[in-house]
Amino acid sequence: MTILDIIIQQLTNGLILGSFYSLVALGYSMVYGIIKLLNFAHGDIYMVGAFVGFVILSFVSTLLGDGWLGILPSMILAMTAVGFLGVLIQRIAYRPLLSAPRLSILIVAVGVSLVLFNSVMVVTIGEYKAFPSGLGYEGITMGHVHITYTQMVMVGATAVLMIALHLFIAKTIYGKAMRAISIDMDACRLMGIDVNKIIALTFFVGSSLAAAAGVMAGVYYGSIHFFMGFVIGLKAFTSAVIGGIGSIPGAMLGGLLLGLLESFGTQLPWVGTEWKDVFAFGLLILLLVFKPTGILGRTEIERM
Amino acid sequence: MSETVLEIEGLQTFYGKIHALRGISLNVPKGKIVTLLGANGAGKSTTLKTISGLTRAAAGRITFRGQEITAAAPHAIVRMGLIHAPEGRRIFKGMTVQENLDLGGFTNRGERAEKQRRLQYIFELFPILSNRRNQDAALLSGGEQQMLAIGRALMTDPELMLLDEPSMGLAPFLVQAIMKIIRKLNEQGTTILLVEQNAKVALRLADYGYVLETGRIVVEGDSATLREDESIVKAYLGGGH
Repeated sequence: MTILDIIIQQLTNGLILGSFYSLVALGYSMVYGIIKLLNFAHGDIYMVGAFVGFVILSFVSTLLGDGWLGILPSMILAMTAVGFLGVLIQRIAYRPLLSAPRLSILIVAVGVSLVLFNSVMVVTIGEYKAFPSGLGYEGITMGHVHITYTQMVMVGATAVLMIALHLFIAKTIYGKAMRAISIDMDACRLMGIDVNKIIALTFFVGSSLAAAAGVMAGVYYGSIHFFMGFVIGLKAFTSAVIGGIGSIPGAMLGGLLLGLLESFGTQLPWVGTEWKDVFAFGLLILLLVFKPTGILGRTEIERM
Repeated sequence: MSETVLEIEGLQTFYGKIHALRGISLNVPKGKIVTLLGANGAGKSTTLKTISGLTRAAAGRITFRGQEITAAAPHAIVRMGLIHAPEGRRIFKGMTVQENLDLGGFTNRGERAEKQRRLQYIFELFPILSNRRNQDAALLSGGEQQMLAIGRALMTDPELMLLDEPSMGLAPFLVQAIMKIIRKLNEQGTTILLVEQNAKVALRLADYGYVLETGRIVVEGDSATLREDESIVKAYLGGGH
């Protein structure tokens, strides 16, 4: 393999990984932006998304097959269902604590994470589940590099979701309300904005994006398990911090950067794949020390 | 006596353990400008916040156009036609002037024609906002920010507008300009409840005034009476003016 082959291959790997990180990081960043909560249950939402997608696809595939024709509608259904789960969690666990000290709500988020994690563990008896997709390895081969259609569809789907989200935030009145709440919540109330509804909407959007990533990860890796959300939750948090937590373009950028960094980092001499988490979290520590506002973040004086 | 738009009876509010409002009663008649005066910490802003629902009343009754709104949510109160332009302007910095105005029109978001009509009206009142509509609101000067805050509040076509210290931090000629706008709004049919520290300016504009001291109304009367009564001016309104 030539250097170019390696670059193209790692670029593909990095983009796929980065897509997952970005989609999950978006929910982290949106929720942080609007209510200043680091939602540590968000990685588990991604995991639940994968399992909900698994269940839905099991039914849908009997009708539409287990190719993209079955997977895409299953993904949309899973996104909707998990979006509502996010709203429900927000309503039950977070909303009563919105005016409480930030630390209380943070601890509740850890509690929600444990509830989701353990519930799925009990339901699945802690087993790996084979994701029932029938996608093959067909694709485009260029020299030594092989890029599957699955990989291309995933990067494409992520791009579509991000563009849709960007338009939603930039152009619609609800997107503007989300940004305004992150600037001044009480001023929004005085504009006649039902702040609780907009917060719920934010949780819906963030959770459904994480579910999309969960379903795609299931399809891509072929198996899912109850602890798959833990590490990606931390990685997505890292991505959000890289981009600047609270910033939506920052979350997209941070996720992609982290994905690329991990895949290229493993190509360094004497460094193997087992080092990729060291890269990610080493970077997180450096950033938190030297540039806690990230690449695109606003300077924020308030501390967690 | 004309029709009453806003009626408050025995209003009490706490901030934690601080008894901020100790029984406030007042009336705002339709089409008038009523002003709340008093020193810092007298409870003027708290009164406005309690009316608009940001702060909960501990006791008392607030009635707007015949409907009780004492425990209503802020967004529901806005929908009824009562808007509150808060102290410190509180415009959304980091968003454009146009976006700020869009958010002001959140409650009538479905009605495109109405929104256009309101925008046009606001741009006629404040042509500068039209010129700077695509700029970040943070880049506006203090006076322009106040214009944006008032413009944003007008997007709903309110029946009653609560204005908290619109003259704060502005140069005298800008204060005059803002007061002129408030008078114009009032002449076009908006009832106004104005909170001011600058009693001289407020009493020249208002029809009726209430003076607050430590959460109570200590004096009330026609602006002309308040303005001319030496003892009141000396005791409550800063005799220096």
